[in-house]
Amino acid sequence: MTHLLSNCRLWLIVSATLLTVLSGCGGNPSGGPDESVGISAKVMADALHAVMESDRTVYATRVVHRLQDQENVIRASEHWRDEKALPLPAQMFRMGAQEAAKKTDTFSYSLLSKWPINKKNAPRTEMEIAGLDSVAKDPSKPFYGRESLGGIEYLTAVYADQAVSPACVTCHNAHQDSPRTDFELGDTMGGIVIRIRLR
Amino acid sequence: MHPRFLTFVWIMTTVGLAAYLAIQISGGNRSLFLPGRTSDGHHQIEPACDACHTPFGGVRQDACLECHQAELAAAEDSHAGSKFADPRNAGDLARLDVRQCITCHIEHRPEITDAMGLTLPVDFCHGCHADVVEQRPTHRDMSFDTCASAGCHNYHDNRSLYEDFLVRQGNSEHATVASALPERKAWISREADGRLPLTAADADRTTSATLELIDAWAGSAHAGAGVACSDCHRGQGSRWTDHPLDRVCSSCHELEPQGFVAGKHGMRRSVDLNPVTPSGARLPMRSDSMSRTLGCGSCHDVHAVNVRHAAVDACLSCHADEHSLAYSGSPHFRLWQAELSVEEKPGSGVSCASCHLPRERRRVAGEDRIVVQHNQNANLRPNEKMIRDVCLNCHSLVLAIDALADPDLVRRNFVGLPSRHVGSIDMALSGED
Repeated sequence: MTHLLSNCRLWLIVSATLLTVLSGCGGNPSGGPDESVGISAKVMADALHAVMESDRTVYATRVVHRLQDQENVIRASEHWRDEKALPLPAQMFRMGAQEAAKKTDTFSYSLLSKWPINKKNAPRTEMEIAGLDSVAKDPSKPFYGRESLGGIEYLTAVYADQAVSPACVTCHNAHQDSPRTDFELGDTMGGIVIRIRLR
Repeated sequence: MHPRFLTFVWIMTTVGLAAYLAIQISGGNRSLFLPGRTSDGHHQIEPACDACHTPFGGVRQDACLECHQAELAAAEDSHAGSKFADPRNAGDLARLDVRQCITCHIEHRPEITDAMGLTLPVDFCHGCHADVVEQRPTHRDMSFDTCASAGCHNYHDNRSLYEDFLVRQGNSEHATVASALPERKAWISREADGRLPLTAADADRTTSATLELIDAWAGSAHAGAGVACSDCHRGQGSRWTDHPLDRVCSSCHELEPQGFVAGKHGMRRSVDLNPVTPSGARLPMRSDSMSRTLGCGSCHDVHAVNVRHAAVDACLSCHADEHSLAYSGSPHFRLWQAELSVEEKPGSGVSCASCHLPRERRRVAGEDRIVVQHNQNANLRPNEKMIRDVCLNCHSLVLAIDALADPDLVRRNFVGLPSRHVGSIDMALSGED
């Protein structure tokens, strides 16, 4: 029995040594310095938002507004497939969110509003309600909070989503299902909600 | 009785039973293991347990999607799983995990399975859409067991039923218009591209070919496209065979077999089972058709490749349900006869295939093509799936919705007019006002 225990101990020591040596050699596949920056969930949310907001602005202004309102080339429509039209900016955003969700569950994002055309896009969780209220009051300040959904902890960040092009305002003000019809350019129409999975 | 003898009997019985079950499961007859009657949608492939079940792993979601994903994508699935991936839906998903097909479609439970394969109570929409009665005045007096009523909402495919579509179509002319199906052209694959038409004198046949077969071929689209006897009977340079397999057809016709193996006629092939025979069908079939096997040649006369035969006569040589039997007395059949007798223009007749193997516009290899969908189940249930690609070619949306919502009229093969009116278009139009 003693012999067996000492053998086990020896194997453990040898294995631990090998693991230490191998992890030291192979920690970085490229052989270069470790490039991780150990960003916080909040920084990650801000970075993701920077990309999302930029893409959304570019699509709304330089694609939809230009082609639909300025150059009369093609219009944007909710039923873009049927009508051979451009997807609306909000649809573009949500399609991207769905595609990203197929690839990872480390983060998710959505476009919500206190005045949604589709009622499914109204705030539902306490964080969403608080976040949309907060960014409606002060669009310059993102809202951050923690929440547990389905037993998983998330950092929930909410950023103001503002009307960046006349197309946003015109469409929302004219839609029969829109609960608010007095939007003006630059108004906060809703919020981008980003969730980072914490554990 | 001696305990040793009892033990021996018990061991022998157990071994015998295990051997019997092992033989059954390995021999292909697995009906003994079915926990309940399989749904109409899957009964043809029920011996292929592995197509859906993973040993000790239940039913894979991927198994459902491997067969149904393309169809759901084409339908622009209103409730695609990816729409519910956001954690904000966790509460809804805890009640009803709609990302998993088997949440709503459990197999082998005939006592709770409806015609659509749904195994949930029909008012299941209430769980997520309870607030619709406040949001929509038109829906105030409706109960949630009517959401999926014909002509109202479909869970997956709402391409013909979304509000703006109803408004647009509802404002259009209501009358049936003299029209025609999109014109299909015989598909000439790249392999046949540039070939010269052949005549009976060019037949590179064996002595087994009769003059009748040669004449049929010489008048066919195949001969017109330069497809010689040996192209099918020799395949890729192999030995001559009198009865080529269906894969010879697939070597030129790429898209059609994909649809064929996705529908009831061909689905057994997709899981490596013997071809479907009418004897295995749950619908009434002609008694003289029971032993036929289904492949390309069952409907398409392989030498004449007469698609008109495939469009009606081939169907009615097996199908003997009320709807099929009533076809010959229907206005659709009269139009079909008028087209065959060249009284009316091509495409104006309505055959079985016009509705059940519809012509679809597809972009293939950079080219717009009209392709015949060979999955005859693709638009069958719910039958509103037929509206866009089929009915609207000639009829108004209001007539199409009302007609498809009338089961008796469907059984009579549309002899007569709808007995009821579905109010969905009226509701959409009243919302417009």
